[in-house]
Amino acid sequence: MNDADKKRLLKEMIFFRRFEDRTFEAYMERKIGGFLHLYSGQEAVATGVLEKAMLGKGTDNDYVITGYRDHVHALKAGAPAREVMAELYGKETGSSRGRGGSMHIFDPSVNFMGGYALVGQPFPLAAGLAMGCKHKGSKQIAICFLGDGANNQGTFHETMNMAKVWNLPVLFVCENNGYAIGTHIDRSTAVKDQYKRVCAYDMEASQHDGMDIETVMEAAEKAIDFVRSGKGPYFIEFMTYRFRGHSMSDAKGYRTREEELEWEKRDPIKIFSKRLIEQGLITEDDIKAMEKDIDDEIENDIIKFSEESPEPKVEDLHKYVLDDDPDPRWIGPLQQ
Amino acid sequence: MAEIAYWEAIRRAHDEEMANDRMVIAMGEDIGVAGGTYKATLGLYDKYGEERVIDTPISENSYTGIGIGASMVGMRPIIEIMSINFALLALDTLVNAAAKIRYMSGGRAQCPIVMRTPGGTAHQLAAQHSARLARMFMSTSGLRVVTPRGPIDAYGMLKSAVRCNDPVIIIEHEQMYNLKEEVPDEEFFRPLEGAEIVREGSDITLVGYNFSVHLCLEAAKRLEADGINAEVLDLRSLKPLDRETIRKSVEKTHRVLIAEEDEAPVGVGAEIMALINEDCFFALDAQPVRIHAADVPVPYNARLEKAAIPSAEDVYQGALKVMGKI
Ligand SMILES: Cc1ncc(C[n+]2csc(CCOP(=O)(O)OP(=O)(O)O)c2C)c(N)n1
Ligand SMILES: [Mg+2]
Repeated sequence: MNDADKKRLLKEMIFFRRFEDRTFEAYMERKIGGFLHLYSGQEAVATGVLEKAMLGKGTDNDYVITGYRDHVHALKAGAPAREVMAELYGKETGSSRGRGGSMHIFDPSVNFMGGYALVGQPFPLAAGLAMGCKHKGSKQIAICFLGDGANNQGTFHETMNMAKVWNLPVLFVCENNGYAIGTHIDRSTAVKDQYKRVCAYDMEASQHDGMDIETVMEAAEKAIDFVRSGKGPYFIEFMTYRFRGHSMSDAKGYRTREEELEWEKRDPIKIFSKRLIEQGLITEDDIKAMEKDIDDEIENDIIKFSEESPEPKVEDLHKYVLDDDPDPRWIGPLQQ
Repeated sequence: MAEIAYWEAIRRAHDEEMANDRMVIAMGEDIGVAGGTYKATLGLYDKYGEERVIDTPISENSYTGIGIGASMVGMRPIIEIMSINFALLALDTLVNAAAKIRYMSGGRAQCPIVMRTPGGTAHQLAAQHSARLARMFMSTSGLRVVTPRGPIDAYGMLKSAVRCNDPVIIIEHEQMYNLKEEVPDEEFFRPLEGAEIVREGSDITLVGYNFSVHLCLEAAKRLEADGINAEVLDLRSLKPLDRETIRKSVEKTHRVLIAEEDEAPVGVGAEIMALINEDCFFALDAQPVRIHAADVPVPYNARLEKAAIPSAEDVYQGALKVMGKI
């Protein structure tokens, strides 16, 4: 990785952290409603994995799909930050035109195929995206990000089996943050190391530190190469931690302050900035300046855009339920 | 023109659509090498190969989900679920994903899947193989639900369903796969929307869908012998419902009976009655009647099964009641 890329990635991760922090504030101001799940602490995973994916080519990108904790995956995949924030604000200019909200960010123009609230639901959808890529003979792959808890759904087993049997170009990324809401993995899951679970399906798998972006990138590159070369699906597990509650309504009574502090020492942004400072690529002041630029952009551009954008019109309530412009040959009316 | 069976009509639609567009694939349990439980894909595995006629493991929720994902990137999967009872396992992907992806994305993504499944009682298949469940799907915004009553619709609606951009649930019936009808040899499409008057009449409207249309037709024949001229209306599409055609018919006959093979609560008949109340209440000359299954799991015992499921005789008796003859 060259120095410019390192600095860019650090800036991206800081941006993602600040973006999430700002959504927290907007939620407190009641500008954002519904459930809001923040990604703070796990930035190195989405940033690092997707850095190695095929992006920046619009609809020729790799496909990305995830759960409800989806803002950062969407942003890194290329969804404009203004549109993601406007979606959280429920505005017509939002990524899903205000119909989806925080848990359902979509941007098919960059092949970000959505955030889904039903735990485990994206597993088969991802395999389907991969089936489409394979069928078209394209080099694209599908990348599915889900949590450790999702692996206890039936779809996990059903999909791992089919992905392997059909040799689908799909990368499953398990973001193991140790918890499914308030239930620690030790209390819910017989096998702690998630990557071991797919051996039942004879699938390639590995486990890595998810707090160090360079480790993530190195592991992701291998896994993505494997999948893209047609060798079949791959399951990659990253050990990580979410710094905030599961969602906004979480008093975090299920974990200790000591545990949190232990993980905060391994904050992916701290680890990476410290390394870049040690390598002489950047100074504390540079980082402060970076943060200021980011905050300015978020406040003066992204938030301003979201605040000023119009709400969807109530007359448009029925838009987007079915194809709004269907072909009468298939739909009707029926000639009596 | 040739007389072909319902299953042959479905097979022909698969074949033509797969030949027309290589993005069309078929998925389901035993549909490939075995040719399909109902022969709906017979011979297609040999013709199109295992990548397009896909034998799936017994994982309804996830293979349906895989079809949905594939449809989001341009494929046109026709998913067969062996029985609508097993479609309950796929409700998450169908109801929470397929039905809502267009909406949740603000119209930016779509999933044009077709799911075909038989829903209905056959002969003593008992409680876990006799569900009807149309009412469950028709209560879900974002889905289309259609119920072809014979080979012409089975063929023409499947072809339209493949080409339409919405998720379409096609509910077939175990007792209809061998039903025959003259079907034109040249290609045609049948629209997914619109109820159809399959028998014109002036005294009473008998509303049916799927298999119950045939019960209505049989009852209409018997009513004719009694001097009652019944109109038979096939809903064809349960979602969306064609309330215009229902209203017009009721305004003509002033009397109505709804025949459904399913249980009554929160069902098709309940919905049609509500629409009639809203649209043409004052056109009614008599209380509408619903003919429906007993509110019990479908029994195994043949005599009990018969008692639980409506017959043409029940429709006939119900019509006499609406006519004030009993
Ligand atoms: C099918 C389903 N069951 C339950 C829930 C409620 N729920 C939301 S998130 C969650 C925990 C998921 O944990 P994990 O997969 O580890 O992801 P994380 O939140 O840690 O990122 C649960 C139980 C849901 N959304 N969907
Ligand atoms: Mg978790």
